[in-house]
Amino acid sequence: MDWGALHTILGGVNKHSTSIGKIWLTVLFIFRIMILVVAAERVWGDEQDDFICNTLQPGCKNVCYDHFFPISHIRLWALQLIFVSTPALLVAMHVAYRRHEKKRQFRKGDQKCEYKDIEEIRRQRFHIDGSLWWTYTSSIFFRLVFEAVFMYAFYFMYDGFRMPRLMKCSAWPCPNIVDCFVSRPTEKTVFTIFMIAVSSICILLNVAELCYLLAKFFLRRSKKAGNQKQHPNHENKEETKQNEMNELISDSCQNTVIGFTS
Amino acid sequence: MSWGFLRDLLSGVNKYSTGIGRIWVAVVFLFRLLVYIAAAENIWKYEHDEFECNIKQPGCENVCFDHFFPISHIRLWALQLIVVSAPSLLVVFHVAYRENREKHHNQKLYRSPGERDGGLLCTYLISLILKTGFEIIFLVLFYKLYNGFKVPRLVKCDVRPCPNTVDCYISKPTEKMIFLCFLVATSCLCIVLNLSELSYLIFKYSLKCYLKKHIKKHQ
Repeated sequence: MDWGALHTILGGVNKHSTSIGKIWLTVLFIFRIMILVVAAERVWGDEQDDFICNTLQPGCKNVCYDHFFPISHIRLWALQLIFVSTPALLVAMHVAYRRHEKKRQFRKGDQKCEYKDIEEIRRQRFHIDGSLWWTYTSSIFFRLVFEAVFMYAFYFMYDGFRMPRLMKCSAWPCPNIVDCFVSRPTEKTVFTIFMIAVSSICILLNVAELCYLLAKFFLRRSKKAGNQKQHPNHENKEETKQNEMNELISDSCQNTVIGFTS
Repeated sequence: MSWGFLRDLLSGVNKYSTGIGRIWVAVVFLFRLLVYIAAAENIWKYEHDEFECNIKQPGCENVCFDHFFPISHIRLWALQLIVVSAPSLLVVFHVAYRENREKHHNQKLYRSPGERDGGLLCTYLISLILKTGFEIIFLVLFYKLYNGFKVPRLVKCDVRPCPNTVDCYISKPTEKMIFLCFLVATSCLCIVLNLSELSYLIFKYSLKCYLKKHIKKHQ
């Protein structure tokens, strides 16, 4: 179980995403997860071993390290990536639910079902409309929120995005103010800025996708309203037919229920 | 043999689960297993090396570490993941038993071997109860072993051969505490999911039974 498993899960969602969503997923996997695993983890690998304080007092180094790094950058990034990927699962679950419903309809032999076999249902790509639109939009919204929260947490915890070379520590049991030196501060700053930049790009992509979905939604609504105005009679006839069918269905349901209870 | 085995096992169970069961599997994968492997394991990697006592007495550090950490947080976490996922095997075994039985008798004995009715429903409910029980046991164990879910920066140790009370410093206590809180939160979420699934199944099948009896009475 590792990032590869996450890739498999999210890869399934990719089929039903918009083009911007596919770009976002690619950026996530190549520029964030891969960089984290292949490069960033090594840079932070020896962070406590090579964190050196100018004192022989036992315990001072541990305490100072804990004071300046309540949670390591690398762990915060891993958590950020996990939280940011999670909303896509909502979409995956919704798609799986829709597929399940279609399979059930198909098995019942419903005339409305236009699929030839189960395999076609499995392979089918759903359009983002109806309730799936709401699920998809909420997932993008949550992604945005998580990205923003983690970026703010980063900024707040480390007073900006720069890694200083030297930190002055006076936490007990350090006897006085002690100089502590961070290992590889420039390399860490470079990677931090890189990860923040890619996070910002992901935020922009999410905002663009959200705007695109909203624009599509309003366009579709105005088209429907426009169509209704042009063909009111046709729409009314369809509506009356539908109403009649609904009445027939509700009548037969009532009869069935009465049959059960009598 | 690695965590991939657990992942395959849980994916197999997913097929026979309810919607809430699938959410439980997703929570275990993403928020427990993946966080454990991607983040938590590395925090505790050098815990013994970085555990430092203010003394030069040989053996004192070893003895103090052993006294305060009879079993490391991370090992307990791994055990919890394995034990909590194990009851799902009962369901998989029962379905396999049903399929075997059908093959042995060469006829269709069940509407579908994976359908949750009769014996399989009981097995499923038992697995839910066991999962919840194990979660609670491990949370209580964590609480009792470490006096709460806090990881202190400093512990005072006076076990032999330490000559007096000695100050010992734990490495990365804040980070460890953050991840422990995360573990407790996800465990509680899993307990809530299991209890909801249990109530949902009991309610659904009692209603089904009641309706069936009702129909039989009127026929």
